[in-house]
Amino acid sequence: MAKDNLLSYEAALEQFEVVIGLEVHVELNTKTKMFCGCANEFGSEPNTNVCPVCLGLPGSLPAVNKKAVESSMAIGLALGCKIAPTGRFARKNYFYPDLSKNFQTSQYDEPIAYDGEITIELDSGESFVVQIERAHMEEDAGKLTHVGGATGRIQGAEYSLVDYNRAGVPLVEIVTRPVFGAGDKAPELAAAYVRAIRDIVKSMDVSDAKMERGNVRCDANVSLRKKGAEKLGTRTETKNVNSLRSIENAVRYEIQRQAYILSQGGTITQETRHWHEDRGYTSAGRPKSDADDYRYFPEPDLVPVQPDIAWIESIRSALPENPAARRKRLQSAWGFSELEFRDVVNSDLLDQVEATVAAGASPQAARKWWTGELARVANASEIEISALQITPEQVAAIQKLIDAGDLTDRMAREVVAGVLAGEGEPAAVIEKRGLKVVTDEGALIAAIDEALAKQPDVLEKIREGKVQAAGAVIGAVMQAMKGQADAARVRELILERANS
Amino acid sequence: MSEITPDTVRHLASLARILVTDAEVEKLAGELAVIVDSVAKVNQAVSKDVVATSHPIPMANVFREDVVRPSLSQSQALSAAPDSAEGRFRVAAILDEE
Ligand SMILES: [Zn+2]
Repeated sequence: MAKDNLLSYEAALEQFEVVIGLEVHVELNTKTKMFCGCANEFGSEPNTNVCPVCLGLPGSLPAVNKKAVESSMAIGLALGCKIAPTGRFARKNYFYPDLSKNFQTSQYDEPIAYDGEITIELDSGESFVVQIERAHMEEDAGKLTHVGGATGRIQGAEYSLVDYNRAGVPLVEIVTRPVFGAGDKAPELAAAYVRAIRDIVKSMDVSDAKMERGNVRCDANVSLRKKGAEKLGTRTETKNVNSLRSIENAVRYEIQRQAYILSQGGTITQETRHWHEDRGYTSAGRPKSDADDYRYFPEPDLVPVQPDIAWIESIRSALPENPAARRKRLQSAWGFSELEFRDVVNSDLLDQVEATVAAGASPQAARKWWTGELARVANASEIEISALQITPEQVAAIQKLIDAGDLTDRMAREVVAGVLAGEGEPAAVIEKRGLKVVTDEGALIAAIDEALAKQPDVLEKIREGKVQAAGAVIGAVMQAMKGQADAARVRELILERANS
Repeated sequence: MSEITPDTVRHLASLARILVTDAEVEKLAGELAVIVDSVAKVNQAVSKDVVATSHPIPMANVFREDVVRPSLSQSQALSAAPDSAEGRFRVAAILDEE
């Protein structure tokens, strides 16, 4: 349970300036690990993606994955970093069974990318520039399962089980410089920053970027200093904050916890802390090791990475548009309301809507298809909308037929169902299912006259000016036409015939 | 003579996960001081224009293509493990990360 006393958030901000620093680990989606040819794969049977290199067996030698280096450089460039002419790997020595080598191969004083910055816009429209100190390459560690403790945690555990499938998976660690001046927005900024990193690496397709799978993980440093003070306060590093909501909550909690201690004249212990999302508090972990304790030294088994300008520029030129800039551009091009646009973004449908618009549909029609009918179908069949067997081009083609009056909305949904069922292109589905709007007005008029004759009371009401009574006749006519008529035209014709 | 305190020795021993007795701490403090001084002498011999070497052969950019190669089987991977369970290496629970 949380035992910490907390100062109210408002009081904390009145007395202290908040300084945050964020370390984000991005797991790359290369086919293989950083230093060996084992598959980089989530969910395999334990210890089946391992070899002498990633198990750290004697005599094995690492070999650097070129694609991982390129992805790392691309991430650096996307964050406005410079790429180091020489980057070197280093051993970070520590004893813990999550890596069997007793060191993690990382980078120390010669990271591949450094000195970048990224502008983060909050929901309020306020924006902050976050300076990136460095982005370096390293390897992920294995996964420990603690057995015997009541809660599956280390306390009370009898032993631990280790799966090294994740050991050696390429990581890029992105470290910010201390961020000042965010004030009460610091927690929101921390989360928005991590979201921006996630969006960027996702748009670049260098990571699967699924936070729930740990593809993007964040350690949040928080320190406070008395307003007006020069010297930075002692910081804590909160680990285990792996959802955007957790990041915001954990930073806010640390602000309040530290503020209480400092306001009582106490001191902050430099340590790692662990966020417990279920109960909403942080608890003390181990005292933070000094960098010296890791006894970093250059990895003697690997040679430096020295990218030339041509290589760097070819990677830079292949970078996709920044996701935040793209969202701005699309929202203004499409003229969506804030709410409509957020709906598209949150449903992860930007690509689909953009491609549908490119194929000729209006932005509003494209949006309605993807966030409406198609989202409904995907939801009903419990699959990702991106897995639906329909292309943006097909959706646009169907919309064109609606616009031309060749399909009613109802018929269009049937065409979509046919395409999803694998009946072929929209034209083929229309042909096969005999879907065609009845434009033969003679047939419509005949059906209307017949329906009116059967319902003389309705006819009487319409003649008295109660036009809403026409609804009953529309239904009958649409039924006679097997739904393949334009309901608006049917209504017009009913009123004409009734009053003729 | 560099000053290596008993506390420094204990700290180093704990980083290296080595159990040392008080008597050993005293002895190692003296020995480590000599070693540190000897390394310092090497530093004096190196002029500023000599770049630190981390690899004996001056080469760079040695890469492997991102192509999957066969891994060990689970039983091969675990064959040298002192203990295993449920397809995993079984180790003593160490209080550290949580
Ligand atoms: Zn391996």
